[in-house]
Amino acid sequence: MTVKVLAFGIVRDIFGGSSIDVPLEPAATSATLKANLELRFPKLAKLSSYMVAVNNEYAHEPVELHPNDEIAIIPPVSGG
Amino acid sequence: MIDILLTGEPLNINDCIQKVLAPEAGGIDVFIGTVRNATKGKQVLRLEFEAYEPMALSEMRKIADKAFGIWPLHHIVLHHRTGILAVGEVPVVIAVSAAHRAAAFDACRYIIDTLKETVPIWKKEVFEDGEVWVAAHP
Repeated sequence: MTVKVLAFGIVRDIFGGSSIDVPLEPAATSATLKANLELRFPKLAKLSSYMVAVNNEYAHEPVELHPNDEIAIIPPVSGG
Repeated sequence: MIDILLTGEPLNINDCIQKVLAPEAGGIDVFIGTVRNATKGKQVLRLEFEAYEPMALSEMRKIADKAFGIWPLHHIVLHHRTGILAVGEVPVVIAVSAAHRAAAFDACRYIIDTLKETVPIWKKEVFEDGEVWVAAHP
């Protein structure tokens, strides 16, 4: 399956765009996605931290991904 | 009442205060974030804010809901700005009304502290010789 991954802040700079398509095995999880992205974009692993959000919720534990999920990479936030 | 806003337009501080006024309230606590002119001694020209809007709104609401669960409050206004802000402009306004001041102070502090930890909004500091996404790197 292929999932669309949204990027914000510094991750947009790292991906070179506001979203990318990522091919994954069926039933892949948010943890699989992180490992896949870190291979493709080593700079991701150099951030202080980052989270995967699935359908507008932080994936604090690995969650299974589906092709129509709204998936985003959330680098360290700095609002306020 | 909870009033949440994410906008590219300048925030209206007086409007935020008016919205939390309540006859039952004994006080209003307001936090106003402002763009500082320097970071670690380096002059800041401007800040650029961006948000993952649907999730930012949902996380802002969660914080306000949580505050209502912890303290006896009347109203919460939580407004955040996006886009390019100059020194002195206002990226965030939080206003909280409560019957007694302790709850208003504590809730207001909790809301800004939690917003800075969980709400997907990012700021880039622009200097004369470059720019940095705040908090991105250790």
